[in-house]
Amino acid sequence: MTQDYQPPPLPPPFHHHNHRTQSTATTTTTTTTTTSTPTLPPPILLTQGAEAHLYKTHYLNATTHPAALKIRPSKPYRHPILDRRLTRQRILQEARCLAKLVREGVAVPALYAVDWEGQTVVVDAATGAERYGGAWLLMEWVEGDVVRVVVQAWERAMLARFAAADQHPRRRQADGEMEVDGDQGDNGHVERKREEERMKDLLRRIGAAVGRLHAAGVIHGDLTTSNLILRPKKESGEGEGAGEVDLEGEVVLIDFGLASQSVQDEDRAVDLYVLERAFGSTHPRTEAFFAEVLEGYRASYRGAASVLKRLEEVRLRGRKKSMLG
Amino acid sequence: MIAVGIEGSANKVGVGIIFHPEDGSTPQVLANVRHTYVTPPGEGFLPKDTARHHRAWVVKLVKQALQDARVSVKDVDCICYTKGPGMGAPLQSCAIAARMLSLLWGKALVGVNHCVGHIEMGRAITGATNPVVLYVSGGNTQVIAYSSQRYRIFGETLDIAVGNCLDRFARTLQISNDPAPGYNIEQLAKKGKRLVDLPYTVKGMDISMSGVLAAIDALAVQYGLDGEWDGKDEGAEDSASGEADDGKPTRADLCFSLQETVYSMLVEITERAMAHVGSKEVLIVGGVGCNERLQEMMGIMARDRGGTVHATDERYCIDNGIMIAQAGLMAYKTGFRTPLKDATCTQRFRTDEVLVKWRD
Repeated sequence: MTQDYQPPPLPPPFHHHNHRTQSTATTTTTTTTTTSTPTLPPPILLTQGAEAHLYKTHYLNATTHPAALKIRPSKPYRHPILDRRLTRQRILQEARCLAKLVREGVAVPALYAVDWEGQTVVVDAATGAERYGGAWLLMEWVEGDVVRVVVQAWERAMLARFAAADQHPRRRQADGEMEVDGDQGDNGHVERKREEERMKDLLRRIGAAVGRLHAAGVIHGDLTTSNLILRPKKESGEGEGAGEVDLEGEVVLIDFGLASQSVQDEDRAVDLYVLERAFGSTHPRTEAFFAEVLEGYRASYRGAASVLKRLEEVRLRGRKKSMLG
Repeated sequence: MIAVGIEGSANKVGVGIIFHPEDGSTPQVLANVRHTYVTPPGEGFLPKDTARHHRAWVVKLVKQALQDARVSVKDVDCICYTKGPGMGAPLQSCAIAARMLSLLWGKALVGVNHCVGHIEMGRAITGATNPVVLYVSGGNTQVIAYSSQRYRIFGETLDIAVGNCLDRFARTLQISNDPAPGYNIEQLAKKGKRLVDLPYTVKGMDISMSGVLAAIDALAVQYGLDGEWDGKDEGAEDSASGEADDGKPTRADLCFSLQETVYSMLVEITERAMAHVGSKEVLIVGGVGCNERLQEMMGIMARDRGGTVHATDERYCIDNGIMIAQAGLMAYKTGFRTPLKDATCTQRFRTDEVLVKWRD
């Protein structure tokens, strides 16, 4: 996150006042903020995505119901009319998709509350400038790391464990560094296979999760490994071997900011294609395993096969499209 | 080291000469000359006419560049030319010129990817080290980020390029192509106030422009704004648009709306690429990159993220020979050569096909 960057103030009821702003509060700030009680403890900014700011806060009760607050601040670079149209359209779309998916039993965060207009005026305590607080969604908090982090941790662990055996085993032997080289090599091979199997299993579960999403009639629109959370099993963590990255748990889809409702092969195939490309660029070393995602997808619902067929077309189109003119 | 670069993938033919000091200090532009093939309003440029234009100008430009640079042929280390992507016939005329010079002077050839040329020149001029690159021109629209020796395409247009969309709308309105249709749309858009509803088509990381063009073309026809324009109301509509509330948009309003919509789409996918790779820098390259409204919007977006935007002016944004020399010389220094028999050109040459050996 940025040091020099200050996020815009939160709209009520998520606003809060620390000591300093309360003492310097002007008439304008009090008129806009006295309408509701502030949220305490204040929401914590987690990430500034491209479209939204994500905060961790709570729903009703600070200890029992942690919640994710997604604010779509107005985009000052956009024309206000266009901005309002897009913000409203997207937050409503997102809310509707989430509500539908929860109903269909797909693993996504549950929706708690939404403000789609986002026209509440907030005042920047530092500058006194007024702006719209932004549209927001309040959702269930999902525990766990995003898959991007998990895969990267796994790639690092793999490199650390097997790199030595990989790189010039002969020269190493000649150096006399590896006294039990042959022995370790065999073990390493089995170990490595086992580790790769664990990753492939995760990838198949990702494919299955996307399949369930599509079967429910929703297209994600921005499938990347940053938009998948691996929710650990309740009692896991203890039994894992040292240095082993936990790949168990439930794959939860998040961030439906670009989601839409569709059951068309074309849309589903493009959804997979986005994931494929994002995966390739984010995890080049694990790219070869991406086929497992598609395998998991294939087995997940009835229409999957024809979508995968369509995906082949979409890929070709991808290659051809760029360089015309 | 000194390289000559020849570019001619579209309607501009350009020759540039760059000098890389041996001590590794900043490259110096010794010459950068260009001539543009301008067609009458309402017309685009056809490949064969463009190629004829390039053939007529390329020798003149090479001579001019050598003169400007005050270097002699024996100082030159290599001849760099645009291998692709671009229009076939214009590319061919420049490839022939490059091969001819190579044989005549006995210099090595370096075939350069046009898009990589834009990126490398942008980096050299602005000093941006590892930016997310938005490459926007008449033929290309891509969001690019560097990773392990490739310029990887994060998002791109699914159909026509943004510059093509603007150029073709300029043709619908019969706006002048001099100096460039996009420039004249930008000037007209400054007088526009009203935003008309247009499709907003971001698809994943990609965008689509053809539907936007069809929609704005249809609006122009619907309001009788297409075709030749007597220019009578052009000045008047500025003052009138405030009062005259007949709900009818002006030509300026359409240009304004088109720009606002397509640039929002571009800034949006660029922001998403930045968020994805965690970069704070944006570099805009390509002909549309000259557009000040696009630069302004990108600047606001970048500032909101605590980042910065780098852009260049028309000398380096619009196709030019110097960028080909720059990218070519970087490749040349890593030992890259294009043998004469391979010194061809191709209309399709993806940015991510190039192995970027000169970066870590």
